[in-house]
Amino acid sequence: MKRLSLPISHEEISSLHAGEEVLLSGTIYTARDCAHKRIFELLDEKKPLPFPIENAVIYYAGPCPAPEGKACGSCGPTTSVRMDSYAPRLLDLGLCGMIGKGELGKRTAEAIQRNRKVYFAAIGGAGALYGNAVKKCECVAFPDLLSEAVYRMEVEDFPVLVATDCMGRSVY
Amino acid sequence: MFYNGRMRIVDTKEITEVVAHMAARAGVSLTEACRSSLEEARKREEGAAAFALQIALENEKIARREKMPVCQDTGMAVVLMEIGQDVSLRGIPLSEAVNEGVRRAYREGSFRMSICDPLTRANTGDNTPAHLHTEIVEGDKIDIVFLPKGFGSENMSALKMLTPAEGREGILRFVEETVKTAGSRPCPPVYVGVGIGGSFDSCAFLAKKALTRELGKRHPREDVASIEEDALARINALHIGPQGFGGKTTALGVSCEIAPTHIAGLPVAVNIQCHCVRCVKETI
Repeated sequence: MKRLSLPISHEEISSLHAGEEVLLSGTIYTARDCAHKRIFELLDEKKPLPFPIENAVIYYAGPCPAPEGKACGSCGPTTSVRMDSYAPRLLDLGLCGMIGKGELGKRTAEAIQRNRKVYFAAIGGAGALYGNAVKKCECVAFPDLLSEAVYRMEVEDFPVLVATDCMGRSVY
Repeated sequence: MFYNGRMRIVDTKEITEVVAHMAARAGVSLTEACRSSLEEARKREEGAAAFALQIALENEKIARREKMPVCQDTGMAVVLMEIGQDVSLRGIPLSEAVNEGVRRAYREGSFRMSICDPLTRANTGDNTPAHLHTEIVEGDKIDIVFLPKGFGSENMSALKMLTPAEGREGILRFVEETVKTAGSRPCPPVYVGVGIGGSFDSCAFLAKKALTRELGKRHPREDVASIEEDALARINALHIGPQGFGGKTTALGVSCEIAPTHIAGLPVAVNIQCHCVRCVKETI
């Protein structure tokens, strides 16, 4: 299986094909519905963001609390289409891509292709396996949102499938 | 426990204990029928679909071994209780006893708190209230079913008031359409609960109740079982496949529950369950 270290270059993104299995390592940021809403409020007010959007990978996920001795609790992906009203603007701002589950909304799929970015599918329901692939986890914004807060995660060999590639080809 | 005449006295403290234990177990394990069904599906599939099922099966092992939630969506706590009419409950109110069990299990198990106000979206912080459904039945026992229900799949559920003329074919078409519309979103391969009959509200409950039947078990009524079989065949012919990656297995099973309805109607509800079937049953 192909291994990729985040952040990934434009060339690496271009080499990915829909359907390819990949192991990701490096930094990712979690954000779900509520966190996206707040990030958009910050963008509109031109305030600093919790993390640089440029070249970042957002993981659509809300982990379980970390049990003792682990960096992170169970942490599988959530349904990507719910973020369809947010993702295009972030991709236009330079976001490298997202990890989630299920088909993208039409607007997001178009933004992936327009910006030559990538969408990875993690396997929904595999929370324990993905939680164990998280080696470090730190809340970087909106702690009041609990599991919906923004967490910076260092992941190692995090298994995903290239679901929508930079040419807009999709596995769905 | 002691008997007072014909009544059996049960302190609701015992219900808290049992619910806490059930919730803790449900969150970290798939049902045996679900696990073996995923294994069978894994043998049938190839490519991306096989990759998805392989990860799901590896995940199940890790969750069981390390007592980690199978899925981070440890769900809304759905509790179905059949209380024998010869049982007399003592202690704190039943719903509080159930909530206390949920609160304890979710905190101690490092489960995610997923319940919030529908408008302010403020999290209740302890995954309560549970969705408790009680039914008074014969006898002096309490049968409890604990079903943690994730919302990726719950969101894809639907209800339709069909006309009697639409009949069996209408039911099959609606079930197929609902699963097709859901596509990759509810984490297929799904388990499909179908409610047929009753009223608008009771029909939705029948669909939920159908999901508490062990995967693979047929309805005792032949005409209902044949709807289950035909629905499953039509769903799997959609080739949505595991995680929507395409393939032979879009659903692991279909369960129907029926109830008499009004002469003017044919309510049908479809409640979708993801491939993590987590359901625990206990009797007090």
